[in-house]
Parts: sequence; structure tokens; C-alpha cells
Amino acid sequence: MIELSNVSKIYFSNTRSSNTRVSNAASSKDSDNGSNAIHALKDVSLIVPKGTIHGVIGLSGAGKSTLIRCVNLLERPTSGSVKVDGQEMTRLSNAALNRARHRIGMIFQHFNLLTTRTVFDNVALPLELMGQKRATVRDRVTLLLELVGLADKANQYPAQLSGGQKQRVAIARALASEPQVLLCDEATSALDPQTTSSILELLRDINHQLGITILLITHEMEVVKSICHRVSLISDGELVEDAEVGDFFTAPRTQLGREFLNDFLQLTPPKELIERLSDKAGENTHPVVRLTFSGDAVSTPLISRLARECGVDVSILQAKVESIQERTLGLMIAELLGTPTQTQQAMSYLKSHQLQVEVLGHVQRNV
Amino acid sequence: MSSAMFDLVLQATLDTLYMVAVSGVISTLVGLPLGVMLYVTRPRQILAKPVLNQALSIITNVGRSIPFIILMVAIIPFTRMLVGTSIGINAASVPLTIAAIPFVARLVEGALNELSPGLIEAAQSMGATPWQIICKVLIPEARGGIITGLTITVVTLVSYSAMAGAVGGGGLGDLGIRYGYNRFNPTIMLITVVILVVMVQGFQSLGDYLVRKSDRK
Repeated sequence: MIELSNVSKIYFSNTRSSNTRVSNAASSKDSDNGSNAIHALKDVSLIVPKGTIHGVIGLSGAGKSTLIRCVNLLERPTSGSVKVDGQEMTRLSNAALNRARHRIGMIFQHFNLLTTRTVFDNVALPLELMGQKRATVRDRVTLLLELVGLADKANQYPAQLSGGQKQRVAIARALASEPQVLLCDEATSALDPQTTSSILELLRDINHQLGITILLITHEMEVVKSICHRVSLISDGELVEDAEVGDFFTAPRTQLGREFLNDFLQLTPPKELIERLSDKAGENTHPVVRLTFSGDAVSTPLISRLARECGVDVSILQAKVESIQERTLGLMIAELLGTPTQTQQAMSYLKSHQLQVEVLGHVQRNV
Repeated sequence: MSSAMFDLVLQATLDTLYMVAVSGVISTLVGLPLGVMLYVTRPRQILAKPVLNQALSIITNVGRSIPFIILMVAIIPFTRMLVGTSIGINAASVPLTIAAIPFVARLVEGALNELSPGLIEAAQSMGATPWQIICKVLIPEARGGIITGLTITVVTLVSYSAMAGAVGGGGLGDLGIRYGYNRFNPTIMLITVVILVVMVQGFQSLGDYLVRKSDRK
């Protein structure tokens, strides 16, 4: 269980020198304390219940890295409270913090394995740091290497491994001290799509078998879609959205959320259509709409009903169906062909069936 | 070559090796921790102590900026206090060591600089103490770079030790100057130079071999 409440992190850029003091005296406008402060995190609150996988998604520079580093205090929050399994992290002494960190595993985008240690010795490192007995270390490391499927690579060096294998070693290392919580810092961002999905599968297994709570940060919707239970959207140091993954993928509440979703689904209108789109509806135009439907609406033959009940023909320009967790999500970009009254009626019909209808614009009727 | 000549060359070779060995070992023992200190006390590092870091950095720079020949005569009182005399190979080893310490420190610091900051972060996330990070992560991971630095130091010491003759230190450089230059004996000059070249080659090859053995990248 991870609980962040009202966590803020402010960096002060280090431009303090005799030079700036002189220039400050000359122009006192920019000399107040806050002028060169960077708010990396603003009042972030987040709860990750035990045994769940929570994703934090955001663009680069949004504060994801700072957020995840505040959990194990690699970054110390400027204010706010960080609790891991009920223990307040910010008030621990150095020694107690190191002990608490044994209960929190972490993996990184660039793996951060020790190049001069074998796979076995890399996984053994956290146990050595804890002062475990040699025999205990050997048994535990052997078990972990089997768990991540690298038992045969024990005596190889990281340089001899592929990216995916390196991340497996890093996962085994992070699990060595039997943590309750695993932090994943862009763990699949340096990997190709196939390797990514095998690593994600491993993480899901670990969550399932060992009941470990996982907090991960990523900029890839694919990662959130395939393993997260819940997702938060971070923008400019603030959590702007927090939802079940199924809800987030079917109905993001923020503009940024919709942008992430559209990028992920790659459902943007073709270029030549965008060029023909105009904002104004006229006598001889058709609306072009983006329809998003989930749940029951997916299995209802809505398009043919539109034709029958409203007299509107539908020309599908693009369509896609995705399954997210146990839900199905359909997306479609379509041109509605009919008189203005008919198309209006069609849109209200669609809305009444829990579809989201977004009018992208209007195109000139082909004569 | 007469047997007396041979004895002279042999003695000079042993003297050079002795001075290089003594100053090499002691400067490593002091310079390695100093280099690590220079690295870990930097701002935002694992043992950030900016004031101490500045002080160490200035001392190191001063040590490195004094020309060796001047350092050698300037610290004669200190040398005498330490080894009881200001001439001979023991006396010459003192300034050699003093000159090599900041040299080693900066090379060690440079080797640590090459490491990815992610390694330290990973170790911290495992709950490693600063001491554990130094012993189990920084020094082992920088081993190749550190050995490269020590090889450079030893080679530099071989060449510096040639100046030890200025304080009656003996060694190959001294032999070359006294017999080869002052007494116009080109054979001796050539022999000392050849031995020095072979010695440097040997140290360099040994260093390269050790780096290759320790590098797993």
C-alpha cells in the first residue's frame, strides 16, 4: 500500500553567486525567492491499495520521475506525507530509511545493473547489503533467477544479455529483499514491443503470484492498457485524472487524456479529410463525427438502425475495436449523409444509446 | 661493458624500480580515498559536503600545479623530518609520493565520473549506505578506469624519478646524466634510455592486461 498525501516538490535552481547578488541589487524585480523555483510536483495525492497495479502516465517533463522517486525518497518531497505500508517515510532516520527501502524494490528504464558482477551477483547484491548469510543468498538468488526465467544465465555478465534479459535480472534483483512494493520507472521504454509485452507479463505474474503492489510510470498507453488496474494522468506536476483503466480508456475526462487515447488508438481523421473539414455547417454539408462506444453499444447494430430509423446513411472513414481489461471499446470516424434535420436526429439517437459523439467538422456535399 | 659498469646499471635500475614502487604504492593508498572523497562530497552526491569538497579540490590543484623539480627542493625540510636525510632513494621517494597523490586522486575522480548516476540511484533504492555504495558499487564498477589511471601514474613516476638525481636520488635518469652526459659516454646514455623504454612498455602492457581482465562492458 502506497499513500501520498499533498506531496509537493520544489527545486531551486542554483544560480546563487556573488554575481547574481550584484545584479539583484541593480534590478530587484526578479530577486524574490520564488522566481527561480521549479514546481516539479504540486499537491499530489495518490493511494495505491495493496496488491494492485497503478500506472502514472504523462508526457516527458510532467513530473513522473520525481513522483516515483518520492515514494522511496530518492527525492525528498518539499512538503507532504509519503506512507508505504503505513510507515511514514519522510520522518525516518537514515538507517531506518535504508531498512524501509529493503521493503521497496525498484527497476529502471536503463536497468542499472553492475557491469562487473555476474547475473547471480547482481541479484545477490541487495541481500549482501542486508548482511544475509551466504547459503540464504544462494538459495534465494537461485529461486529468483528461476522465477524470471534466467537460471541458465547465472554466470554471465550483463553485457552478454539482451535488453529484455537485463530487465529480468533487474526485476529479480528488485525482488531479492522480498519487497511489498515494486516501483517501475519507465521499465519498458528502452525495449522493443515484443520484449515489452513479455516483461509486462512477468510483472503481472509477480503481482498475481506474490501479491506485490506495483506503481509504475510510463508514457506508453500500451503499458497502462495491458497491466494496470488504475491509472493517473500527470500534467505539469499535477495529477489531473485518476480512474479505473476501463473508464479512462472509454471516457477520459480531460483534454490531455483524450489526446493520449487518440494517439494510442491512432484514430485521427485522414489528412485529406482534415483539409476539407470546415467548422461551419451549411446548406450542402455533411457532418463528420467521431463516435466512441463501449459496453452494450458495441454489440448493438446501431449503424443499420440509423439508416432505418433516421434515414441517414453512414459512410465509415475509420474504425477500430479494442479490448481493455474486460471491456470493449469501439471507435469510429464517419460521415453522416442526410438532410440537416436527419443528421441532427441521428446524433441524438446515438447519444441516447450512450455513445460519445464528437463533431469534427463538416464537409462539402459531393455533387 | 665492464662488470663494474654492469653493476652500476643494475643498481640504477633497482633504484628506479624501488622509488617507483614506494611512491606508487603510497600515493595509491592516499590518492584513491582522496579521489573517492573528491567525488562523493560534491554537491548532490551521496555524501555532499560542498565546503569540504572545495577545500580538497583546492589542495589537490595546488599539489598538481607545483613543478616537480621545485616541489622536490621545496619540501627538503619535510623530507628530512620524515626519512632523516635529504639525499638518496628514500629521500627522493618522498616528493615523488607527494606529487603523485593529487595526480592519482584526480584520475580516480575522473574514473568515477564515467559511471552512470543510475548505478548510485539503484544502490540507494536497495537501501545501501554511502559506505556500501563506495565499496560495492563505485570502486568495483570504476575498477577499469582506476587501473588505467594508476598505469598513467606509474609511467609518469618512472619519468619523474629521472629527476631524482637532482637531490642525489640515484636511479636510471641520474646514471644517464652523470655517466652518459657529463662523462660523454653515449653507450651508458643509450642503455639507460633503452631500459626506461622497456620499463614503461612493461608497465603499460601490464596495466592494459589488468584493465582488459576487469572490464566486462
